[in-house]
Amino acid sequence: MDLLHNLGIGFGVAFTATNLLYGFFGCILGTLIGVLPGIGPVATIAMLLPSTYALDATPALIMLAGIYYGAQYGGSTTAILINVPGESSSVVTAIDGYQMARQGRAGAALSVAALGSFFAGCVGTVIIAAFAPPLTELAFKFGPAEYFSLMVLGLIGAVVLASGSLVKAIAMILLGLLLAQINTDVISGTARYSFDIPQLTDGIGFVVIAMGVFGFGEIISNLGQPAEHREVFTSKVKGLWPTMRDFHEAWPSVLRGTALGSVLGVLPGGGALLASFASYTVEKKLTRNPRIPFGKGAIQGVAGPESANNAGAQTSFIPMLTLGIPPNAVMALMVGAMTIKGIQPGPQVMTSNPQLFWGLIASMWVGNAMLVILNLPLIGMWIKLLTVPYRFLFPAITLFCCIGVYTLSNSTFDVYLTALFAFIGYMFYKLGCEPAPLLLGFILGPMMEENLRRALLLSRGDWTTFVTRPLSSGLLIAAALLIVIVTLPSISKKREVAFSED
Amino acid sequence: MKIKSERDFWSGLMFVVVGVVFAVGATHYSMGPACPPNDPCAANLWARLSQLSAHPGAGYFPLGLSLLLVILGAVVLFKSLTIESEGGDKVGSFAWRPLTVIVVAISSFGAMLEPLGLALTVPVLIGISSLAGDEFHWKGVVANAVVLTAGAWIIFVWGLKLTIPVWPWFVG
Repeated sequence: MDLLHNLGIGFGVAFTATNLLYGFFGCILGTLIGVLPGIGPVATIAMLLPSTYALDATPALIMLAGIYYGAQYGGSTTAILINVPGESSSVVTAIDGYQMARQGRAGAALSVAALGSFFAGCVGTVIIAAFAPPLTELAFKFGPAEYFSLMVLGLIGAVVLASGSLVKAIAMILLGLLLAQINTDVISGTARYSFDIPQLTDGIGFVVIAMGVFGFGEIISNLGQPAEHREVFTSKVKGLWPTMRDFHEAWPSVLRGTALGSVLGVLPGGGALLASFASYTVEKKLTRNPRIPFGKGAIQGVAGPESANNAGAQTSFIPMLTLGIPPNAVMALMVGAMTIKGIQPGPQVMTSNPQLFWGLIASMWVGNAMLVILNLPLIGMWIKLLTVPYRFLFPAITLFCCIGVYTLSNSTFDVYLTALFAFIGYMFYKLGCEPAPLLLGFILGPMMEENLRRALLLSRGDWTTFVTRPLSSGLLIAAALLIVIVTLPSISKKREVAFSED
Repeated sequence: MKIKSERDFWSGLMFVVVGVVFAVGATHYSMGPACPPNDPCAANLWARLSQLSAHPGAGYFPLGLSLLLVILGAVVLFKSLTIESEGGDKVGSFAWRPLTVIVVAISSFGAMLEPLGLALTVPVLIGISSLAGDEFHWKGVVANAVVLTAGAWIIFVWGLKLTIPVWPWFVG
């Protein structure tokens, strides 16, 4: 069967020494930044992108992928033990997980989280392997009009399924798209918005924006808040293995969470965060008479979201790998990494670079296995890291960001631009404008413009081509429906409730 | 006219201003093919639009985007002046010290790296950025600087073999 043959290629690639090493390194790094609050996968991947120059494409992508799903594991550790979610997707885990820790059941919570995540990760990998080829076939039917509409759907979906003001999020997308217009027009060769600065004729590097707005913006806002006192439960972590009763209660949640996460991860704007929130809501509704009520240490409240966020993280690779469309900010950076290595992301990656494609997928399974091993026994070590005072950490983060930006093209201009974007990023934070839609719009900008112009060229200036072609109009209708659904008063209330559940 | 939501007011204003700036810039670039001499192109806006769309020029997409941004920015502004929000949705105080320190730190890194090399720039960067935090203890900062300078050299220059000047121009 094709699936087995492809997975065979993949495992053959994944089990080479180099790839295992880089995967391991990615998983460790991912767990590390997942444990540390104040730095997330977006900033880390942005920081490491320049160093992927020295690596081959396959180990580089394996490492970056390991960082992403590794961060999901690490985030749950701190969420359970000290009620500080290291990752935004671990916010829901903290609700019941921390309560379980206070009752001395931290071990059960941690192992359920790790095992549930592992199960979800395996399922997610199989789903990617199974669905990638048919999706790629579908993608070949896409013309420029369809790609444009798909990107519109992707961008709209990304903001609709997130929290915050919808109008401002769409405006941020537009701003990102506009910032991407600072470049040399491909078709006519005109340098746009370059103000006679030569370094701007190639545009602003997306790493500059990512680090400036995400990395530094967050550091600055963290520094603006006073340090808090936290209870740490390291001494009480004993009895790692959950009881039979815990198992019995948790496994339906794991299955539900995995299913939900797999679906939501593929959607634009989806991924780990949305999956975990949705799973918590679903578990609350579906678990009748939990032994311990939700919010007071129900194991279902840990098992479901943890499986969901891992499944979501895995399946969010699907749109990126098959269609070349990133569904969220992290995938957008992976697209950037592939472009740096000279690989054009899109449906042809599967046929032109099968080792890379299947090797990456197989390495996710290997990575999940490594992470279970890393997380369960080594929890004490991760917790020790949290005792490093922030005042040592953030200069280190600043340093890595600066060096990373500089080494992109040995350009100090890029460093100055990053300083500017750090300022802008902080302003966005103060004004309540979310930066993720901006990054998404920025990455998709050139592709959208190219497809728009090509579609218009092919249709001789007829804008109705986007609605007369069936696939394209279907996508646009879906985007419009999403906006309508979210602006309905009843749904917008539910959306607020879902995001203020902590 | 009372500002009901401070954050939305300033965001909306920012969007409108940025949109206008980009729109004005876009008009400097070609929108599409020029009017052919025997075609009455200026007669109908839609006809002209469809003529331009057949061969979109460099300014086409940016102009459209910036106009959309201005419209959305106006919507956000309008909402900020009419719709009530809790406590006026204040922008809140600015963390001026971390902000200026970080911006200065990054800029000095940019200014110092090429002439002075990694060995001098990293300690300065650590020193400046440590000022952004709540506490500043000399011993800790110096230790941190030493560790990170060595670490940066090991990881980036020796490990990843990146081309970064290590010593000042008058040395190596």
